[in-house]
Amino acid sequence: MCLAVPGKIIEHSGNIAKVDFGDGTVRNVNTMLVDVKVGDYVLVHAGFAIEKVSREGAEETLKLLKQMLEE
Amino acid sequence: MFRDRTIAREIIKRLKAMELELRIMHVCGTHQDTIVRYGLDYLLKDCGIEVRQGPGCPVCVTTSLEFEKALRLAREGIIVTAFGDVYRVPSSTGSLASLRGEGFDTRIVYSIEDAVSLAKDTTKEVVFMGVGFETTAPTTASVLINDPPENFSVLSCHRYVPPALKALLEMGMEIDGLIEPGHVSTIIGIEPYEELSSEYNMPQVIAGFEPLDMLIAIYMLALQIRRGEAKVENEYERVVKREGNVKAKKLMAEVFEPVDVRWRGFPSIPSSGMSIKKEFEDWDASKKFEDILGDVADPGEPEGCICGEVLKGIADPTECPLFAQACTPDHPVGPCMVSVEGMCHIEYKYS
Repeated sequence: MCLAVPGKIIEHSGNIAKVDFGDGTVRNVNTMLVDVKVGDYVLVHAGFAIEKVSREGAEETLKLLKQMLEE
Repeated sequence: MFRDRTIAREIIKRLKAMELELRIMHVCGTHQDTIVRYGLDYLLKDCGIEVRQGPGCPVCVTTSLEFEKALRLAREGIIVTAFGDVYRVPSSTGSLASLRGEGFDTRIVYSIEDAVSLAKDTTKEVVFMGVGFETTAPTTASVLINDPPENFSVLSCHRYVPPALKALLEMGMEIDGLIEPGHVSTIIGIEPYEELSSEYNMPQVIAGFEPLDMLIAIYMLALQIRRGEAKVENEYERVVKREGNVKAKKLMAEVFEPVDVRWRGFPSIPSSGMSIKKEFEDWDASKKFEDILGDVADPGEPEGCICGEVLKGIADPTECPLFAQACTPDHPVGPCMVSVEGMCHIEYKYS
């Protein structure tokens, strides 16, 4: 139920974005809950983008992991 | 990036060396899927760590009474729409799916917006059975705030997760740490969990859904426990912000207010239900169809089904006499076998 799938915004107009989920799947997604632009990666749940996915955040987690493993 | 086997092996090695004896709970079917799919449950058991799923499947914790209400509406000629999992859950008088076979108009939708589109194309009443935690509730809120058609309404079965976590700890559940659900946390952020750490001394880590996310989160929990700490850490930093999704939280607060509701397997949990506020009652199916719904009786649990115990985290699916016998994904008896997030469904799929 709380499953969310990441995809890349390829078009954006008003509150509707075309999101590319890879393997040729492109869907219209409601972007009312987020501030996003073309090129952003978003998590999509039940037809709505619920958050942006940040590369920096991913790198932060892996950096933290590296620190933990060095302790 | 989050499926690296070398790192996974290193974490397992470290956990083993810590000689732990821990019981960790998560409350998310998607976490359970990752754990069972990648065999992490066995790897972790070897490290002295037992990981259990609590009441973390919104379809599963929705009560039989709530399903009966949706069925009653459909029997009265109202078009009832729901997500696929919800659609198939049996109650004592049938499921939304079986009613369709009897000639009533019930439909699966992939988004609440599909239900709104349907309402625009018909003069009949259309009800969306809104099931889901904070991840899903903002989508319902965003529709209600945008003046949907008059013949559209929502039967709100939405629920808040933190009050249920508190109820679990109040019940004296013996757990050493909690893994918090990544996508609920995407919306609510970190702050709502802090009370659990300070009041119940409970270490918590918000985790993503890749196998490495789970292992990192468990390692973070183990380190907290070893240091004698109890705080809320965020492993899923690529998505979850400290403040959560402010827009979504604001929408939820505008449309819903907390009420006490029962969860399957639990008594009434204070302030854990999302009731549609008075300003939006024109689209609140429980108000709009009060006359029809007034006398719907609670059918209780399906006979022999132990979903309630499974949801409390005190029984395994395999302890149920119906598991894989009378109850399978094709012919489910209880909701935990229907939903792809249900513990019984996951156990069946990967065993």
